[in-house]
Amino acid sequence: MVKVSKKKGSKRRSKHGSDEPEVSSVEPPVVYDDDDDDEDADLNAAGDEDLSSEEEENERKHQKLLEAISALGGEKKQLGERSEAATCMSEFTMRAEGEADKVQLSDLIGTTPAVSTHVRKQLKDLERSKKTVECPVSKQETQRIQRDLAFQKAASEVSRWRSIITQNQRAEQLVFPLNPEPSGRRPMERVVMGWKAQTPLEQEVFALLSANKQPINDPVLTPAEEASLKAMSLEEAKARRAELQKARALQSYYESKTRRERKIKSKKYHRVQNKSKQKDLLKSFEEMVKVDPQGALEELKKLELSRMQERMSLKHQNRGKWAKSRAIMAKYDLEARRSMQQQLEVNKELTQKLVAPLESEEEERAEDADMLPDCVNVTELQRDFSNPWMRGQLSQESTERKISSTESVTVEAAEEEEEEEEEPKEEELLRELDSRRKQRQTEESNTVILIDDEEEEEEDVTKKQTPEKQAEAPDEEEEVMKDQTLEEEAVSSDEEEAGLSEFTRIFRGLTGGLTAGDADIRGPSAQLEEGLIRFRSVEDTEDLPQEELVAPPPAPPSEPALSSECQVVPSRKRKKGIELTEVLTKDTTAVRVPLAPTITDSEDQLDQRGLIKEAFAGDDVISDFIREKRKQEEAGKPKAVDLTLPGWGEWGGLGLRPSKRKRRRFRTKAAPAPPRADRHLPSVIISEKRNSSVSLHQVSSLPFPFENHAQFESCIRAPLGRTWNTERTVKKVTKPRVLTRLGTIIEPMDQEELLKDQKKSCSVGSKKTQK
Amino acid sequence: MKVKVLSRNPDDYVRETKHDIQRVPRNYDPSLHPFEVSREYTRALNATKLERVFAKPFLASLDGHRDGVNCMAKHTKSLSTLLSGSCDGQVKVWNLTKHECVRTLQAHEGFVRGMVVRYCGTSFFTVGDDKTIKQWKMEAPGYGEEEEPLNTVLGKTVFTGIDHHQKTGVFATCGQQVDIWDEQRSSPVRSFTWGVDSFSSVRFNPVETNLLGSCASDRSIVLYDMREATPLKKVIMTMKTNTICWNPMEAYYFTCANEDYNLYTYDMRFLEKPVMVHMDHVSAVLDVDYSPTGQEFVSASFDRTIRIFPKDAGHSREVYHTKRMQHVICIKWSADNKYILSGSDEMNIRLWKANAAEKLGVLSSREKEATNYNQKLKEKFQHHPQIRRIARHRHLPKSIFHQKNELRAMKEARRRKERNVRKHSKPGSVPVVSEKEKSVVAVVK
Repeated sequence: MVKVSKKKGSKRRSKHGSDEPEVSSVEPPVVYDDDDDDEDADLNAAGDEDLSSEEEENERKHQKLLEAISALGGEKKQLGERSEAATCMSEFTMRAEGEADKVQLSDLIGTTPAVSTHVRKQLKDLERSKKTVECPVSKQETQRIQRDLAFQKAASEVSRWRSIITQNQRAEQLVFPLNPEPSGRRPMERVVMGWKAQTPLEQEVFALLSANKQPINDPVLTPAEEASLKAMSLEEAKARRAELQKARALQSYYESKTRRERKIKSKKYHRVQNKSKQKDLLKSFEEMVKVDPQGALEELKKLELSRMQERMSLKHQNRGKWAKSRAIMAKYDLEARRSMQQQLEVNKELTQKLVAPLESEEEERAEDADMLPDCVNVTELQRDFSNPWMRGQLSQESTERKISSTESVTVEAAEEEEEEEEEPKEEELLRELDSRRKQRQTEESNTVILIDDEEEEEEDVTKKQTPEKQAEAPDEEEEVMKDQTLEEEAVSSDEEEAGLSEFTRIFRGLTGGLTAGDADIRGPSAQLEEGLIRFRSVEDTEDLPQEELVAPPPAPPSEPALSSECQVVPSRKRKKGIELTEVLTKDTTAVRVPLAPTITDSEDQLDQRGLIKEAFAGDDVISDFIREKRKQEEAGKPKAVDLTLPGWGEWGGLGLRPSKRKRRRFRTKAAPAPPRADRHLPSVIISEKRNSSVSLHQVSSLPFPFENHAQFESCIRAPLGRTWNTERTVKKVTKPRVLTRLGTIIEPMDQEELLKDQKKSCSVGSKKTQK
Repeated sequence: MKVKVLSRNPDDYVRETKHDIQRVPRNYDPSLHPFEVSREYTRALNATKLERVFAKPFLASLDGHRDGVNCMAKHTKSLSTLLSGSCDGQVKVWNLTKHECVRTLQAHEGFVRGMVVRYCGTSFFTVGDDKTIKQWKMEAPGYGEEEEPLNTVLGKTVFTGIDHHQKTGVFATCGQQVDIWDEQRSSPVRSFTWGVDSFSSVRFNPVETNLLGSCASDRSIVLYDMREATPLKKVIMTMKTNTICWNPMEAYYFTCANEDYNLYTYDMRFLEKPVMVHMDHVSAVLDVDYSPTGQEFVSASFDRTIRIFPKDAGHSREVYHTKRMQHVICIKWSADNKYILSGSDEMNIRLWKANAAEKLGVLSSREKEATNYNQKLKEKFQHHPQIRRIARHRHLPKSIFHQKNELRAMKEARRRKERNVRKHSKPGSVPVVSEKEKSVVAVVK
């Protein structure tokens, strides 16, 4: 506890003057000791009481005196004289007057010579404030707080791992060890752990190596290299290496290419090369004109400069040594003359003033104007393809719509369109049978081909209408589309390229630019060839000659019918839309009529059926089944319950039956059974009874991770095996959750993982922001 | 008459070289495979049955100790090396591939209490009842050399456990207090006390390498940070914890083996309630070790069984026991995730497979595929009663079986009583306390 002197209070009063003594006296003293403020308060109160006015007067006088003395002595300080035994001595020129007095802050400030005003002010503020500092907490408490803080720190530190942990918990597959050693040869050092250089020579060598920080074994890297490797992560390093490799490879390619080119002696080659270069330059320049005229201007200036230089110089003027020698030779040698001529031409070219760019621009504009419709058409075409309705044009209905709309187009034209549609599918065949077709081209007549075409076409229609094909239909359409876009490359056969390209043809058809005359010109040849293609259906390519012999005779009579059929079928389809099955069945029969082998086939079938019928003549399976079903239905029906009690309200006994009225009254009708599941299926009996033998194997309640039955059922229904899945799917589905490598130590997770994770998240974040 | 001949183009089914895969034409159209679920179910059933048939986990027994095996240590760099210390102060180094003891040394007088291999694998530390910490070379002494420790530190009290830091030359011991030692110094760098207790085990966190956990005889588990001057936190449980083990892949989870027959997995940030209670043992659990993948852990119990628990399951997936195996005192999961090593009272160390039915050695790719497929099938149909019945059936010794039933009955009775008390008292006055919360008495900050 600090001993107190009341000097400060008096000083203050002297400074302030006597006009406000109450205020200063009221002002509570500032307490510096934090430990026991209660005691302090008591003491202060006592001090206040002691102060009398007399003392104050004395004090003031004494103060004045002191001040005067201090002024005399300059900076000299006087220690307070010690006249009586003091409990506490102060070195700061303060007398110890009594225990009740307190040292005030201002006293201390007064003694220190150079305290800035700023600090003074701060201290004064401090003096005025009434806050007290709390006493320090107990040791146990401080320890508790320390522990708590430390724990929080540790917990937050550990929480960094949360993202990795959750990631791993969710991961489909975990591969351990986390940082697998790179496969391949391991350096000797790592394989042989306790090996040491033993002979003096070895030791010397190793000392040298280690002194120079050289790798001791062949594959081991120098420390610097290792450090650099460590600095980069493996993936980064790999990426960087790949980049460098690529750059190096490209450079070497380029170098070798230029070397090769330089070695080429052919002048023609170089001429062509130069020309093409010039062309490229010009092209790029033109583009530049469009894109940034500023750059183009600069280029132009460069050209101008070169022209000027050329004019200034004597190059290409046939005045050099070589030119002179040539000039001598020119008389006899045509080649020499030509070369000289060339030189002059070059000169001319270079010295010519350039007005060309502007001209070329205009030309290009003209070209653009020419090009314009084409471009527009292309975009139109694309749009058409993207539009499902326009795409539909390739299928039959739309073609027919077209026929109806543009009546000028002949039926043959329409057919041809259809052929075009089917063509891509049969491109392979086309290629296969290229040679044969050419042979036969000469022999066959147009009519036969036409018929065959129609047959084929019909068959295709039927194919499309069968359910399996229907599922695949959209794919096919897409394929058709693709093929058409790529047609020019895909269809390599010359006969097709003879006329217009497929692409332009279709495009014309779409834009409606197809005229009858055009079709006529193109028609027969295209028909011929494509007809041949169609003629070759998938099933019989080998026995074609047979068909040639067989097919013609029945064909002519059936032709009209067929053609009518082929027209009828689509129309029906258009009307009904969904009811394909009927059309289908009829169609198939219609197609099979003209073909002899199929007829025999059907007969065979009939025979077989008949045979079976004969064999099982006695068994009436169908009626048996029906009877069985009836029985089941009967058994399933709820029965009425008879609750009559004999002898109740009536006479009972042997041979007596309750009356009819009673019986009717006490007979309760059961509620009707729910409708049977098989009521609409005439050939099926569905039993909805629970089968106990099956229920043994069934899951009774929904297992944990699943939320509803549908989820669980779908999970069970999805097969895993390779019988039902492709190899890749099986691999993917059956990969184990935890994968470890045989005979490798799995180290605990390292801090590096955290860095990796951070990097990953950073990259993901940046990607997201980019998006 | 047209003759149709069956003809096949060999190009469609003959492979070009023998290294190609056999071409098997398949139609994956689901409408052609109406019985796929039932077929797979049968396969799953067969796979489960075969798994149970082939489940032969016991591989070898290493005998040579002349007293109960009290502690074991895995070599940090070599899979085939195991160290074990027994109750007579002997330490043995084993070669696991040859099933033989490579080296024997008398390390201490009295029990070898703890043992740990330095992170580099060149030396190992042992602590014993003779109040010493000894550091030994991993290599056997040459011919004529005496077996002598590299360093010996004489402590004031008995040390009961030791663990080494993952990366630096710092280790921790426990006895009356937990001490952190620098390998270069003979006095502890730091020692933690929190009340007067004796600690039974101390373990460094392998991931967040500056953290440690220890368990004390006042039924508490205390966490420390090596860098701090004070412990971090303490959780007091209803019964004493014997050992703790940190998850090597998940920094903030640890599992402790308790005297109350259960194991508790805690999140070190939230000690108020364990994340999971693992029940199945019928006697005190003495030791626990995580698999290096951090997915499972294995526990050794006084009830003479070893159990393997998935880290997030309440019950064990496997129980190992043999007729001759007595109280299992220490257990380790090998660093390649394939084997389990148990040291027991009757002086033997046993080598087990971690997956009982796994085929050991290098598998051909087809074998691998088949096992993967079977595994997935088993997983897919695991909820079907027949399959579950077979997959989950294990044989237990009679005594353990009865004990288990007894325990179950007791537990059920307790539950019933509690339920009845709740029913007959003022609503809200008897709150429902979950099994997890029951075990924790208090968390001391």
